[in-house]
Amino acid sequence: MTHPLLLSSALVGIVFSAIVIGGGLVFLLIRTLKAKEVDRRVIFLFIFVATALPILFPFTFSEEPTAIVKRVFDKIESLPAGSHVMLSFDFDPAMAPEVQPMANAITRHCLVKGDKVVFICAWATGQALLTQTLDNIVRKEFPDKKEGIDYVNLGYKAGNEGMMNVIVTNLRKMYPTDVNSIPLDSIPALEGVTSCRDMKLLVSMGGGYPGPKEWVLFVGDPGNVPVAAGAAAVSAPQLYPYYPKQLLGILGGVKGAAEYEYELAKRYPQFDKVDKPALKMMGPQTMAHIVVMVFIILANIAYFKGRKAGQK
Amino acid sequence: MRRQVPLIITFCVGIFLIAYVFSPPLTDFGENFSVYFDIIAVFAFFLGGGNLIRIHTNNLRRRKKDWWYSVVTLGAFTLMLAAGLFKIGNPGGIGASLTTSGSWFQTIFETLMSPLNSTMYALLAFFIASASYRAFRARNREATILLVAAFIILLGRTPIGYFLTAWIPDSWSILRVPDLSVWIMSFPNLAGQRAIMIGVSLGVVSMSLRLILGIERTYLGGDKG
Repeated sequence: MTHPLLLSSALVGIVFSAIVIGGGLVFLLIRTLKAKEVDRRVIFLFIFVATALPILFPFTFSEEPTAIVKRVFDKIESLPAGSHVMLSFDFDPAMAPEVQPMANAITRHCLVKGDKVVFICAWATGQALLTQTLDNIVRKEFPDKKEGIDYVNLGYKAGNEGMMNVIVTNLRKMYPTDVNSIPLDSIPALEGVTSCRDMKLLVSMGGGYPGPKEWVLFVGDPGNVPVAAGAAAVSAPQLYPYYPKQLLGILGGVKGAAEYEYELAKRYPQFDKVDKPALKMMGPQTMAHIVVMVFIILANIAYFKGRKAGQK
Repeated sequence: MRRQVPLIITFCVGIFLIAYVFSPPLTDFGENFSVYFDIIAVFAFFLGGGNLIRIHTNNLRRRKKDWWYSVVTLGAFTLMLAAGLFKIGNPGGIGASLTTSGSWFQTIFETLMSPLNSTMYALLAFFIASASYRAFRARNREATILLVAAFIILLGRTPIGYFLTAWIPDSWSILRVPDLSVWIMSFPNLAGQRAIMIGVSLGVVSMSLRLILGIERTYLGGDKG
Protein backbone atom coordinates (compact mmCIF):
# COMPACT_ATOMS: atom_id res chain seq x y z
CA MET A 1 0.00 0.00 0.00
CA THR A 2 1.26 3.47 -0.81
CA HIS A 3 2.20 5.45 2.24
CA PRO A 4 -0.77 7.75 2.70
CA LEU A 5 1.20 10.78 3.79
CA LEU A 6 2.70 12.49 0.94
CA LEU A 7 3.80 12.13 -2.56
CA SER A 8 5.71 15.30 -3.21
CA SER A 9 9.31 16.16 -2.52
CA ALA A 10 8.50 19.32 -0.58
CA LEU A 11 9.44 17.86 2.78
CA VAL A 12 10.84 21.24 3.66
CA GLY A 13 7.32 22.67 3.52
CA ILE A 14 6.00 20.19 6.06
CA VAL A 15 8.99 20.51 8.39
CA PHE A 16 9.05 24.31 8.22
CA SER A 17 5.28 24.57 8.75
CA ALA A 18 5.42 22.09 11.64
CA ILE A 19 8.26 23.96 13.37
CA VAL A 20 6.79 27.46 12.98
CA ILE A 21 3.19 26.56 13.71
CA GLY A 22 3.99 23.88 16.30
CA GLY A 23 6.38 26.18 18.16
CA GLY A 24 3.83 28.98 18.21
CA LEU A 25 1.06 26.70 19.42
CA VAL A 26 3.22 25.32 22.25
CA PHE A 27 3.90 28.91 23.32
CA LEU A 28 0.16 29.58 23.31
CA LEU A 29 -0.48 26.38 25.28
CA ILE A 30 1.87 27.60 28.00
CA ARG A 31 0.07 30.95 28.06
CA THR A 32 -3.29 29.18 28.20
CA LEU A 33 -2.13 27.04 31.13
CA LYS A 34 -1.41 30.31 32.90
CA ALA A 35 -5.12 31.12 32.26
CA LYS A 36 -4.45 33.80 29.62
CA GLU A 37 -6.97 34.04 26.75
CA VAL A 38 -5.72 34.13 23.15
CA ASP A 39 -6.23 37.44 21.39
CA ARG A 40 -8.22 37.40 18.14
CA ARG A 41 -5.30 38.90 16.21
CA VAL A 42 -3.07 35.99 17.29
CA ILE A 43 -5.61 33.57 15.81
CA PHE A 44 -5.62 35.57 12.56
CA LEU A 45 -1.82 35.49 12.47
CA PHE A 46 -1.75 31.72 12.93
CA ILE A 47 -4.30 31.13 10.19
CA PHE A 48 -2.27 33.38 7.89
CA VAL A 49 0.96 31.47 8.62
CA ALA A 50 -0.78 28.07 8.41
CA THR A 51 -2.14 28.83 4.95
CA ALA A 52 0.81 30.86 3.63
CA LEU A 53 3.58 28.35 4.40
CA PRO A 54 2.07 25.42 2.46
CA ILE A 55 1.45 27.80 -0.44
CA LEU A 56 5.10 28.95 -0.43
CA PHE A 57 6.43 25.42 0.13
CA PRO A 58 3.76 23.26 -1.49
CA PHE A 59 3.17 19.70 -0.41
CA THR A 60 0.50 17.28 -1.47
CA PHE A 61 -1.11 14.22 0.08
CA SER A 62 -2.47 11.07 -1.45
CA GLU A 63 -6.27 10.93 -1.29
CA GLU A 64 -8.43 7.88 -0.75
CA PRO A 65 -11.73 8.61 -2.57
CA THR A 66 -14.76 8.27 -0.33
CA ALA A 67 -17.80 6.36 -1.62
CA ILE A 68 -19.78 9.56 -2.19
CA VAL A 69 -17.11 10.84 -4.64
CA LYS A 70 -16.32 7.43 -6.12
CA ARG A 71 -19.93 6.99 -7.23
CA VAL A 72 -19.67 10.08 -9.47
CA PHE A 73 -16.36 8.87 -10.89
CA ASP A 74 -17.71 5.36 -11.51
CA LYS A 75 -20.84 6.71 -13.18
CA ILE A 76 -18.79 8.67 -15.73
CA GLU A 77 -16.52 5.64 -16.19
CA SER A 78 -19.53 3.45 -16.94
CA LEU A 79 -20.97 5.72 -19.66
CA PRO A 80 -20.38 4.51 -23.23
CA ALA A 81 -18.39 6.88 -25.48
CA GLY A 82 -20.63 9.46 -27.14
CA SER A 83 -23.01 9.76 -24.19
CA HIS A 84 -24.35 13.24 -23.55
CA VAL A 85 -23.30 14.73 -20.23
CA MET A 86 -24.51 18.15 -19.10
CA LEU A 87 -22.14 20.15 -16.89
CA SER A 88 -23.72 23.16 -15.23
CA PHE A 89 -21.46 25.92 -13.93
CA ASP A 90 -23.50 27.38 -11.08
CA PHE A 91 -20.93 29.33 -9.11
CA ASP A 92 -19.16 32.66 -8.77
CA PRO A 93 -15.53 33.65 -8.17
CA ALA A 94 -16.02 33.32 -4.39
CA MET A 95 -16.80 29.62 -4.75
CA ALA A 96 -14.42 29.08 -7.68
CA PRO A 97 -11.30 28.04 -5.70
CA GLU A 98 -13.30 25.11 -4.32
CA VAL A 99 -15.61 24.32 -7.21
CA GLN A 100 -13.60 25.08 -10.36
CA PRO A 101 -11.02 22.30 -9.70
CA MET A 102 -13.82 19.73 -9.61
CA ALA A 103 -15.41 21.25 -12.71
CA ASN A 104 -12.07 20.97 -14.49
CA ALA A 105 -11.48 17.39 -13.34
CA ILE A 106 -14.95 16.26 -14.42
CA THR A 107 -14.55 18.04 -17.76
CA ARG A 108 -11.25 16.20 -18.32
CA HIS A 109 -12.87 12.90 -17.37
CA CYS A 110 -15.83 13.34 -19.72
CA LEU A 111 -13.66 14.41 -22.64
CA VAL A 112 -11.10 11.62 -22.21
CA LYS A 113 -13.99 9.14 -22.13
CA GLY A 114 -15.30 10.56 -25.41
CA ASP A 115 -18.56 11.91 -24.00
CA LYS A 116 -20.39 14.77 -25.68
CA VAL A 117 -20.29 17.55 -23.11
CA VAL A 118 -23.07 20.13 -22.93
CA PHE A 119 -21.92 23.14 -20.88
CA ILE A 120 -24.60 25.33 -19.36
CA CYS A 121 -24.80 27.97 -16.60
CA ALA A 122 -27.61 28.73 -14.18
CA TRP A 123 -25.51 31.57 -12.70
CA ALA A 124 -24.58 34.66 -14.71
CA THR A 125 -21.05 34.54 -13.29
CA GLY A 126 -20.73 30.89 -14.32
CA GLN A 127 -20.34 31.75 -17.99
CA ALA A 128 -17.11 33.72 -17.47
CA LEU A 129 -15.73 30.95 -15.28
CA LEU A 130 -16.73 28.38 -17.87
CA THR A 131 -14.66 30.34 -20.41
CA GLN A 132 -11.64 29.78 -18.16
CA THR A 133 -12.28 26.02 -18.12
CA LEU A 134 -12.69 25.99 -21.91
CA ASP A 135 -9.47 27.98 -22.42
CA ASN A 136 -7.29 26.28 -19.81
CA ILE A 137 -8.52 22.71 -19.96
CA VAL A 138 -10.49 21.91 -23.09
CA ARG A 139 -8.56 23.88 -25.73
CA LYS A 140 -5.10 23.33 -24.18
CA GLU A 141 -5.29 19.69 -23.13
CA PHE A 142 -7.72 18.42 -25.78
CA PRO A 143 -6.78 20.26 -29.00
CA ASP A 144 -8.39 17.48 -31.06
CA LYS A 145 -11.82 18.11 -29.48
CA LYS A 146 -13.88 20.52 -31.56
CA GLU A 147 -16.57 22.90 -30.33
CA GLY A 148 -19.91 21.89 -31.75
CA ILE A 149 -18.78 18.33 -32.40
CA ASP A 150 -17.40 17.09 -29.09
CA TYR A 151 -18.80 19.75 -26.82
CA VAL A 152 -21.19 22.67 -26.89
CA ASN A 153 -21.42 25.81 -24.79
CA LEU A 154 -25.02 26.90 -24.18
CA GLY A 155 -24.07 29.65 -21.74
CA TYR A 156 -26.30 31.43 -19.25
CA LYS A 157 -30.04 32.09 -19.32
CA ALA A 158 -31.93 34.00 -16.67
CA GLY A 159 -34.88 32.41 -14.92
CA ASN A 160 -33.37 29.92 -12.47
CA GLU A 161 -35.97 27.14 -11.99
CA GLY A 162 -38.03 28.60 -14.84
CA MET A 163 -35.16 27.87 -17.23
CA MET A 164 -34.78 24.33 -15.85
CA ASN A 165 -38.52 23.76 -16.05
CA VAL A 166 -38.41 24.37 -19.80
CA ILE A 167 -35.21 22.52 -20.76
CA VAL A 168 -36.34 19.38 -18.98
CA THR A 169 -38.88 18.93 -21.79
CA ASN A 170 -37.65 21.22 -24.56
CA LEU A 171 -34.06 22.42 -24.83
CA ARG A 172 -34.56 24.49 -27.98
CA LYS A 173 -37.44 26.50 -26.58
CA MET A 174 -35.11 28.06 -24.00
CA TYR A 175 -31.87 27.82 -25.99
CA PRO A 176 -32.56 28.34 -29.72
CA THR A 177 -28.82 29.00 -30.20
CA ASP A 178 -25.59 28.28 -28.38
CA VAL A 179 -23.45 30.99 -26.81
CA ASN A 180 -21.95 31.89 -30.21
CA SER A 181 -25.41 32.40 -31.80
CA ILE A 182 -25.22 29.12 -33.73
CA PRO A 183 -28.66 27.44 -34.02
CA LEU A 184 -28.82 24.27 -31.97
CA ASP A 185 -30.20 22.33 -34.94
CA SER A 186 -26.93 22.83 -36.82
CA ILE A 187 -24.71 21.63 -33.96
CA PRO A 188 -23.67 17.99 -34.50
CA ALA A 189 -22.93 17.47 -30.79
CA LEU A 190 -26.64 17.92 -30.06
CA GLU A 191 -27.92 15.54 -32.71
CA GLY A 192 -30.75 13.52 -31.21
CA VAL A 193 -30.98 15.74 -28.15
CA THR A 194 -34.35 17.35 -27.61
CA SER A 195 -34.29 17.93 -23.88
CA CYS A 196 -32.39 17.22 -20.68
CA ARG A 197 -34.05 13.82 -20.62
CA ASP A 198 -31.54 12.79 -23.31
CA MET A 199 -28.63 13.44 -20.94
CA LYS A 200 -27.03 10.34 -19.45
CA LEU A 201 -25.76 12.44 -16.56
CA LEU A 202 -26.14 15.98 -15.29
CA VAL A 203 -23.51 17.43 -12.97
CA SER A 204 -24.31 20.70 -11.26
CA MET A 205 -21.31 22.43 -9.79
CA GLY A 206 -22.19 25.16 -7.33
CA GLY A 207 -23.93 24.97 -4.03
CA GLY A 208 -25.87 28.22 -3.92
CA TYR A 209 -29.22 29.12 -5.46
CA PRO A 210 -29.95 27.90 -8.08
CA GLY A 211 -27.72 24.88 -7.83
CA PRO A 212 -27.72 21.10 -7.44
CA LYS A 213 -30.89 21.13 -5.34
CA GLU A 214 -32.88 22.93 -8.05
CA TRP A 215 -31.47 20.65 -10.77
CA VAL A 216 -32.68 17.64 -8.76
CA LEU A 217 -36.15 19.10 -8.17
CA PHE A 218 -36.80 20.47 -11.65
CA VAL A 219 -34.78 18.20 -13.96
CA GLY A 220 -33.46 15.11 -12.16
CA ASP A 221 -36.71 13.89 -10.62
CA PRO A 222 -39.30 14.91 -13.25
CA GLY A 223 -37.05 14.01 -16.18
CA ASN A 224 -35.55 10.87 -14.67
CA VAL A 225 -32.05 12.22 -15.30
CA PRO A 226 -29.18 11.05 -13.04
CA VAL A 227 -27.81 14.11 -11.23
CA ALA A 228 -24.50 14.50 -9.41
CA ALA A 229 -23.29 17.53 -7.49
CA GLY A 230 -20.10 19.40 -6.84
CA ALA A 231 -20.48 21.88 -4.03
CA ALA A 232 -18.55 24.27 -1.83
CA ALA A 233 -17.85 22.66 1.54
CA VAL A 234 -20.17 25.07 3.31
CA SER A 235 -23.19 24.05 1.23
CA ALA A 236 -22.48 20.31 0.86
CA PRO A 237 -24.34 19.34 4.10
CA GLN A 238 -27.57 20.73 2.62
CA LEU A 239 -27.31 18.26 -0.26
CA TYR A 240 -27.04 15.09 1.82
CA PRO A 241 -30.84 14.64 2.07
CA TYR A 242 -30.83 13.96 -1.69
CA TYR A 243 -28.02 11.39 -1.56
CA PRO A 244 -27.94 8.58 -2.77
CA LYS A 245 -31.29 8.31 -4.58
CA GLN A 246 -31.79 11.75 -6.10
CA LEU A 247 -28.12 12.73 -6.17
CA LEU A 248 -25.89 9.85 -7.15
CA GLY A 249 -22.85 11.46 -5.54
CA ILE A 250 -21.48 14.69 -4.07
CA LEU A 251 -18.05 16.26 -4.35
CA GLY A 252 -17.85 18.39 -1.24
CA GLY A 253 -15.33 21.25 -1.15
CA VAL A 254 -11.62 21.05 -1.83
CA LYS A 255 -11.44 17.56 -0.30
CA GLY A 256 -14.02 16.17 -2.72
CA ALA A 257 -12.24 17.82 -5.65
CA ALA A 258 -8.86 16.50 -4.49
CA GLU A 259 -10.23 12.95 -4.20
CA TYR A 260 -11.59 13.22 -7.74
CA GLU A 261 -8.32 14.63 -9.13
CA TYR A 262 -6.36 11.85 -7.43
CA GLU A 263 -8.65 9.10 -8.71
CA LEU A 264 -8.58 10.55 -12.23
CA ALA A 265 -4.77 10.68 -12.31
CA LYS A 266 -4.62 7.12 -10.94
CA ARG A 267 -6.95 5.79 -13.65
CA TYR A 268 -5.58 7.96 -16.48
CA PRO A 269 -1.82 8.43 -16.02
CA GLN A 270 -1.75 11.09 -18.78
CA PHE A 271 -3.28 13.45 -16.17
CA ASP A 272 -0.50 12.81 -13.68
CA LYS A 273 1.44 15.87 -14.85
CA VAL A 274 -1.44 18.31 -15.34
CA ASP A 275 -2.16 21.02 -12.80
CA LYS A 276 -4.18 19.66 -9.87
CA PRO A 277 -5.14 22.71 -7.78
CA ALA A 278 -7.37 20.85 -5.31
CA LEU A 279 -4.58 18.45 -4.33
CA LYS A 280 -2.29 21.47 -3.88
CA MET A 281 -4.91 23.25 -1.75
CA MET A 282 -5.22 20.30 0.59
CA GLY A 283 -1.87 21.37 2.15
CA PRO A 284 -3.08 24.82 3.30
CA GLN A 285 -6.50 23.40 4.20
CA THR A 286 -4.98 20.63 6.32
CA MET A 287 -2.70 23.06 8.15
CA ALA A 288 -5.57 25.50 8.73
CA HIS A 289 -7.79 22.69 10.08
CA ILE A 290 -5.03 21.55 12.44
CA VAL A 291 -4.60 25.10 13.72
CA VAL A 292 -8.36 25.50 14.25
CA MET A 293 -8.51 22.16 16.10
CA VAL A 294 -5.61 23.15 18.36
CA PHE A 295 -7.28 26.47 19.07
CA ILE A 296 -10.49 24.66 20.03
CA ILE A 297 -8.46 22.51 22.46
CA LEU A 298 -6.73 25.60 23.86
CA ALA A 299 -10.08 27.37 24.25
CA ASN A 300 -11.45 24.42 26.25
CA ILE A 301 -8.35 24.20 28.44
CA ALA A 302 -8.70 27.92 29.18
CA TYR A 303 -12.43 27.48 29.82
CA PHE A 304 -12.02 24.59 32.26
CA LYS A 305 -9.14 26.30 34.06
CA GLY A 306 -11.24 29.45 34.38
CA ARG A 307 -14.21 27.46 35.69
CA LYS A 308 -12.02 25.64 38.19
CA ALA A 309 -10.55 28.92 39.39
CA GLY A 310 -14.10 30.35 39.69
CA GLN A 311 -15.21 27.41 41.86
CA LYS A 312 -12.35 28.02 44.25
CA MET B 1 -61.47 46.53 -8.82
CA ARG B 2 -57.80 47.57 -8.64
CA ARG B 3 -57.24 44.78 -6.15
CA GLN B 4 -59.64 42.20 -7.55
CA VAL B 5 -57.97 41.92 -10.97
CA PRO B 6 -54.54 40.93 -9.57
CA LEU B 7 -56.26 38.53 -7.16
CA ILE B 8 -58.09 36.83 -10.03
CA ILE B 9 -54.88 36.61 -12.11
CA THR B 10 -53.01 35.09 -9.13
CA PHE B 11 -55.79 32.58 -8.52
CA CYS B 12 -56.02 31.47 -12.19
CA VAL B 13 -52.25 31.23 -12.72
CA GLY B 14 -51.74 29.41 -9.41
CA ILE B 15 -54.45 26.84 -10.11
CA PHE B 16 -53.21 26.35 -13.68
CA LEU B 17 -49.60 25.78 -12.59
CA ILE B 18 -50.70 23.19 -10.03
CA ALA B 19 -52.88 21.46 -12.65
CA TYR B 20 -50.03 21.42 -15.19
CA VAL B 21 -47.75 19.44 -12.87
CA PHE B 22 -50.34 16.67 -12.62
CA SER B 23 -51.60 16.76 -16.20
CA PRO B 24 -49.16 15.81 -19.01
CA PRO B 25 -51.34 17.31 -21.83
CA LEU B 26 -50.76 20.74 -20.28
CA THR B 27 -46.95 20.45 -20.54
CA ASP B 28 -46.74 22.81 -23.50
CA PHE B 29 -48.69 25.52 -21.67
CA GLY B 30 -46.52 24.98 -18.62
CA GLU B 31 -43.36 25.51 -20.69
CA ASN B 32 -44.81 28.73 -22.05
CA PHE B 33 -45.55 29.96 -18.55
CA SER B 34 -41.91 29.28 -17.62
CA VAL B 35 -40.79 31.29 -20.66
CA TYR B 36 -43.09 34.18 -19.62
CA PHE B 37 -41.56 33.93 -16.16
CA ASP B 38 -38.07 34.19 -17.69
CA ILE B 39 -39.08 37.28 -19.66
CA ILE B 40 -40.37 38.86 -16.45
CA ALA B 41 -37.14 37.82 -14.70
CA VAL B 42 -35.15 39.70 -17.36
CA PHE B 43 -37.15 42.84 -16.58
CA ALA B 44 -35.96 42.48 -12.99
CA PHE B 45 -32.45 43.21 -14.29
CA PHE B 46 -33.70 46.49 -15.80
CA LEU B 47 -35.43 47.39 -12.55
CA GLY B 48 -32.35 46.49 -10.53
CA GLY B 49 -30.03 48.47 -12.79
CA GLY B 50 -32.39 51.45 -12.87
CA ASN B 51 -32.72 51.44 -9.11
CA LEU B 52 -28.94 51.31 -8.66
CA ILE B 53 -28.49 54.30 -10.99
CA ARG B 54 -31.26 56.28 -9.25
CA ILE B 55 -29.94 55.73 -5.72
CA HIS B 56 -26.31 56.50 -6.54
CA THR B 57 -27.12 59.48 -8.72
CA ASN B 58 -29.10 60.89 -5.78
CA ASN B 59 -26.12 60.29 -3.49
CA LEU B 60 -23.92 62.17 -5.90
CA ARG B 61 -26.30 65.05 -6.51
CA ARG B 62 -26.87 65.62 -2.79
CA ARG B 63 -23.20 65.04 -1.92
CA LYS B 64 -24.24 62.52 0.74
CA LYS B 65 -21.68 60.97 3.12
CA ASP B 66 -19.17 58.73 1.26
CA TRP B 67 -20.52 59.94 -2.09
CA TRP B 68 -17.25 59.00 -3.81
CA TYR B 69 -18.19 55.31 -3.40
CA SER B 70 -21.20 56.08 -5.58
CA VAL B 71 -18.81 57.43 -8.25
CA VAL B 72 -16.94 54.10 -8.17
CA THR B 73 -20.20 52.10 -8.29
CA LEU B 74 -21.63 54.08 -11.20
CA GLY B 75 -18.30 54.04 -13.06
CA ALA B 76 -17.90 50.27 -12.66
CA PHE B 77 -21.54 49.68 -13.60
CA THR B 78 -21.31 51.79 -16.75
CA LEU B 79 -18.00 50.28 -17.82
CA MET B 80 -19.17 46.69 -17.36
CA LEU B 81 -22.53 47.43 -19.02
CA ALA B 82 -20.87 49.03 -22.05
CA ALA B 83 -18.26 46.26 -22.30
CA GLY B 84 -21.02 43.63 -22.24
CA LEU B 85 -23.66 45.35 -24.39
CA PHE B 86 -21.34 46.46 -27.17
CA LYS B 87 -18.94 43.51 -26.77
CA ILE B 88 -15.98 45.89 -26.77
CA GLY B 89 -12.71 44.25 -27.76
CA ASN B 90 -14.46 40.95 -28.46
CA PRO B 91 -12.26 39.05 -30.95
CA GLY B 92 -15.34 37.28 -32.37
CA GLY B 93 -17.33 40.47 -32.97
CA ILE B 94 -20.89 41.22 -31.95
CA GLY B 95 -22.18 37.69 -32.69
CA ALA B 96 -19.65 35.93 -30.49
CA SER B 97 -20.05 34.92 -26.88
CA LEU B 98 -20.08 37.75 -24.35
CA THR B 99 -17.32 36.02 -22.38
CA THR B 100 -14.92 35.29 -25.24
CA SER B 101 -11.29 35.45 -24.05
CA GLY B 102 -9.73 38.80 -24.80
CA SER B 103 -12.98 40.74 -24.68
CA TRP B 104 -13.13 43.65 -22.25
CA PHE B 105 -15.97 41.96 -20.37
CA GLN B 106 -13.99 38.77 -19.73
CA THR B 107 -10.76 40.66 -18.97
CA ILE B 108 -12.44 42.91 -16.39
CA PHE B 109 -14.14 39.90 -14.87
CA GLU B 110 -10.91 37.94 -14.57
CA THR B 111 -8.66 40.76 -13.40
CA LEU B 112 -10.99 42.73 -11.13
CA MET B 113 -14.19 40.99 -10.12
CA SER B 114 -12.77 37.52 -9.68
CA PRO B 115 -9.86 38.42 -7.34
CA LEU B 116 -11.97 40.90 -5.34
CA ASN B 117 -14.79 38.40 -4.86
CA SER B 118 -12.39 35.59 -3.91
CA THR B 119 -10.56 37.81 -1.44
CA MET B 120 -13.76 38.76 0.36
CA TYR B 121 -14.74 35.10 0.67
CA ALA B 122 -11.24 34.05 1.78
CA LEU B 123 -11.49 36.40 4.77
CA LEU B 124 -14.08 33.97 6.14
CA ALA B 125 -11.26 31.57 7.07
CA PHE B 126 -10.00 34.06 9.65
CA PHE B 127 -13.40 34.76 11.14
CA ILE B 128 -14.36 31.07 11.25
CA ALA B 129 -11.14 30.27 13.14
CA SER B 130 -11.81 33.05 15.64
CA ALA B 131 -15.48 32.03 16.01
CA SER B 132 -14.52 28.36 16.57
CA TYR B 133 -12.17 29.42 19.35
CA ARG B 134 -14.95 31.29 21.09
CA ALA B 135 -17.97 29.08 20.35
CA PHE B 136 -16.81 25.47 20.61
CA ARG B 137 -16.57 25.12 24.37
CA ALA B 138 -17.84 22.13 26.32
CA ARG B 139 -20.20 24.20 28.47
CA ASN B 140 -22.91 21.52 28.65
CA ARG B 141 -23.89 18.17 27.10
CA GLU B 142 -25.28 19.64 23.85
CA ALA B 143 -22.26 21.89 23.35
CA THR B 144 -19.95 18.90 23.95
CA ILE B 145 -21.76 16.84 21.29
CA LEU B 146 -21.43 19.76 18.86
CA LEU B 147 -17.76 20.13 19.73
CA VAL B 148 -16.98 16.42 19.19
CA ALA B 149 -18.91 16.36 15.89
CA ALA B 150 -17.10 19.48 14.65
CA PHE B 151 -13.77 17.99 15.64
CA ILE B 152 -14.43 14.76 13.72
CA ILE B 153 -15.63 16.65 10.64
CA LEU B 154 -12.59 18.95 10.71
CA LEU B 155 -10.26 15.97 11.03
CA GLY B 156 -12.19 14.01 8.42
CA ARG B 157 -11.71 16.77 5.84
CA THR B 158 -7.93 16.35 5.99
CA PRO B 159 -5.65 13.47 5.00
CA ILE B 160 -4.42 13.43 8.60
CA GLY B 161 -7.75 11.89 9.63
CA TYR B 162 -7.18 8.99 7.25
CA PHE B 163 -3.53 8.66 8.28
CA LEU B 164 -4.33 8.48 12.00
CA THR B 165 -6.97 5.75 11.69
CA ALA B 166 -5.89 3.78 8.61
CA TRP B 167 -4.77 0.93 10.88
CA ILE B 168 -8.37 0.15 11.96
CA PRO B 169 -9.46 -3.16 10.33
CA ASP B 170 -12.05 -3.11 7.57
CA SER B 171 -14.70 -4.74 9.76
CA TRP B 172 -14.53 -1.64 12.01
CA SER B 173 -14.05 0.84 9.17
CA ILE B 174 -16.88 3.03 10.49
CA LEU B 175 -14.46 4.11 13.22
CA ARG B 176 -11.99 5.52 10.70
CA VAL B 177 -12.19 9.29 10.92
CA PRO B 178 -13.12 9.93 7.24
CA ASP B 179 -15.89 7.28 7.44
CA LEU B 180 -17.07 8.61 10.78
CA SER B 181 -17.19 12.08 9.28
CA VAL B 182 -19.28 10.80 6.36
CA TRP B 183 -21.54 8.98 8.84
CA ILE B 184 -22.14 12.20 10.78
CA MET B 185 -23.02 13.98 7.53
CA SER B 186 -25.17 11.11 6.23
CA PHE B 187 -27.23 10.40 9.35
CA PRO B 188 -27.47 13.03 12.12
CA ASN B 189 -26.93 15.90 9.65
CA LEU B 190 -29.32 14.37 7.14
CA ALA B 191 -32.04 13.91 9.77
CA GLY B 192 -31.73 17.54 10.83
CA GLN B 193 -31.61 18.85 7.26
CA ARG B 194 -34.68 16.81 6.26
CA ALA B 195 -36.63 18.05 9.26
CA ILE B 196 -35.82 21.65 8.31
CA MET B 197 -36.68 21.02 4.65
CA ILE B 198 -40.02 19.39 5.43
CA GLY B 199 -40.89 22.25 7.78
CA VAL B 200 -39.93 24.87 5.19
CA SER B 201 -41.84 23.03 2.43
CA LEU B 202 -45.01 22.86 4.51
CA GLY B 203 -44.63 26.58 5.13
CA VAL B 204 -44.23 27.24 1.39
CA VAL B 205 -47.34 25.15 0.59
CA SER B 206 -49.43 26.96 3.16
CA MET B 207 -48.14 30.38 2.05
CA SER B 208 -48.85 29.51 -1.62
CA LEU B 209 -52.39 28.46 -0.77
CA ARG B 210 -52.92 31.72 1.11
CA LEU B 211 -51.72 33.64 -1.96
CA ILE B 212 -53.81 31.65 -4.45
CA LEU B 213 -56.94 31.93 -2.33
CA GLY B 214 -56.43 35.65 -1.81
CA ILE B 215 -56.01 35.43 1.98
CA GLU B 216 -52.47 36.82 1.82
CA ARG B 217 -52.59 40.21 0.09
CA THR B 218 -49.51 42.05 1.29
CA TYR B 219 -47.86 41.59 -2.13
CA LEU B 220 -50.45 44.00 -3.54
CA GLY B 221 -49.03 46.77 -1.37
CA GLY B 222 -50.62 47.97 1.85
CA ASP B 223 -52.22 45.62 4.37
CA LYS B 224 -55.91 46.24 3.68
CA GLY B 225 -57.91 44.14 1.28
